[in-house]
Amino acid sequence: MTTTDRTAEHTGPRVAAAPPPATSPARRPLSWPRVAESIAKHGILIAFSCAFLMPFFWMVTGAFKTQADIGTFPVTWFPETITTGNFTYGLEAFPIVRYFLNTVVISVLSMIGAAFSSAMVGYGVSRIRWIGRNAVFTLLIATMMIPFYVTMIPLFTVYREIGWTGTILPLVVPTFFGVPFFIFLMRQFFLGIPESLSDAARVDGASELRIFAQVILPLCKPALAAVMLFQFLASWSDLLGPLLYLTDSSQYTLSLGLTFFQGAEGESATGPLMAVSTLTLIPVIILFFFAQKTFIQGITMSGIKD
Amino acid sequence: MSTTIPGREAPAPPSVATTARARPSRLARALPRTRRQRQMFWWGLFFTSPAIIGLVFFTGGPVIVSAVNSFTDANLLGGSRNWVGLENYSRLLQDDQWWLSLFNTFFLTVISVPLGIAVALGLALLLNWRVRGIGVYRVIFYLPSIVPIVASAVVWAYVLNPQYGVLNNVLGLVGIEGPGWLSDPAWSKPALILFGLWGMGNLMVILLAGLQGVPQDLLEQASLDGAGVWQRFRNVTVPFISPHLLFALITGLIAGFQYFTPAFVLTGGSGDPAGSTLVSGVYLYQSAFYNYELGYSSAIGWVLFVLIAIISIVAYRLVGRRVYYGGAS
Repeated sequence: MTTTDRTAEHTGPRVAAAPPPATSPARRPLSWPRVAESIAKHGILIAFSCAFLMPFFWMVTGAFKTQADIGTFPVTWFPETITTGNFTYGLEAFPIVRYFLNTVVISVLSMIGAAFSSAMVGYGVSRIRWIGRNAVFTLLIATMMIPFYVTMIPLFTVYREIGWTGTILPLVVPTFFGVPFFIFLMRQFFLGIPESLSDAARVDGASELRIFAQVILPLCKPALAAVMLFQFLASWSDLLGPLLYLTDSSQYTLSLGLTFFQGAEGESATGPLMAVSTLTLIPVIILFFFAQKTFIQGITMSGIKD
Repeated sequence: MSTTIPGREAPAPPSVATTARARPSRLARALPRTRRQRQMFWWGLFFTSPAIIGLVFFTGGPVIVSAVNSFTDANLLGGSRNWVGLENYSRLLQDDQWWLSLFNTFFLTVISVPLGIAVALGLALLLNWRVRGIGVYRVIFYLPSIVPIVASAVVWAYVLNPQYGVLNNVLGLVGIEGPGWLSDPAWSKPALILFGLWGMGNLMVILLAGLQGVPQDLLEQASLDGAGVWQRFRNVTVPFISPHLLFALITGLIAGFQYFTPAFVLTGGSGDPAGSTLVSGVYLYQSAFYNYELGYSSAIGWVLFVLIAIISIVAYRLVGRRVYYGGAS
């Protein structure tokens, strides 16, 4: 808060930056340095915002430009003639509804798998005292260090052996058997719930399964929501998994389809590519705006509480 | 738990009573004795069973298979698998493409990890300002991070286009002639780094959470004592967020060595131009799925794994001891 504040003033009002806006005008008299500082700060923030938003702007305007507009130099910021041709062309070559549904199926199933396994295993390594607890947890955390490409190829050959390549099973089934990072996240959350709650239920004769499902789990909704959201997005964005396992173009996800679409069309189809990208982004951005809080909390939780 | 305590003490084996009575061996103490403990043991196994199965079948098994494969000439298309000893590893030593990919990986990691942390911290400091509408700025800064990486790579290919991309045009407005970016071997790596910086919102949010845990009264006190902006940042803020910085460093190094998707999408998996974006992840993918050399690619995976492990441990040792854990978070 103050690390980048100006240095000069040592007087009271610094603390008063916090209170609600209703009271602040009285305590923070408008002075020229204050106004100037505020303008400068907003100016810097707006400049960075523009930088971050520029690719979005470029994508959306590109989606509505004709190929002639796209190729001009210096660039035209807004389309001279607005065309929807990119969308019609893009949607013909890129079966977006099918890819969208494929991606939804994979993402939702993985999300369920991750929620189920991370809640259960997280509970087992935090709220039950048993001799294997630390061993299992340590092992799980250690496997986070193993890069995916060490296990990638043997897994690929095994899945091929049992006939899972060309299906979504390799993308979904592993999530039901625990994602270490999410288990870690759930564990941290479970540890923060007072042990007395479980003990009270135990005294009443509740089984561990019941304590888990009816006492503890309802308290973990924020953590569970974060896990589900992270897995959903991870599956939604994943390229390598679908690239390895989905062989038939009718099964492609949005990411995989877009990769091939770009490879096939190249630069000549910038307009359609931008149109398709814009369409694939819309669901994610809607999701983000609805689940913004869960997001930020989840990332913060995944941090560093040791 | 208090009910179990008598039971735990009671069954001291009489045969070793003279010596081991007060102190049963560690193993004996660890083993479940009472009915309650045994019960909890089974519950523990029950709850962790998905992960135990997963560890065996989705991690442990493949790791062993991969290690074995790296000493064979296994082929993805099948055929016989022969033991070749260390041949794959010695071949790596003479493989120019491999050394190039390793150089590219190191280059990207060494530049982008510190740069990414610095930029994320700088932005987090901005987002920690108390100005009206800061929530909107936070959303805007974070937004790129939720964009699926393929979609953002497709868009960035257009943004970075030397002729009609927006970036060089903006640079042109301030009188800089932009480079060829992804078509220029000298500029393709900076392009990838720039692309990475656009989507480092997660790190930014983690550091922002860290900044909010820095005690205000300490900053005020430092300020009263006459510490300037830099001194307060260096001596108060940095120690308090040092666990977050360590986290960022270690996860950044690990991610840097697994770099794959942007390079794969932006260059079509070829490593072009002139091999300048051929990172080790892409090279491994090529040797497994373009050349079908399963044994060789397993060896690449293992060398990378060992490198990551060594570098992470060294970084942890070097930096970890300077981390201050007295902070609130």
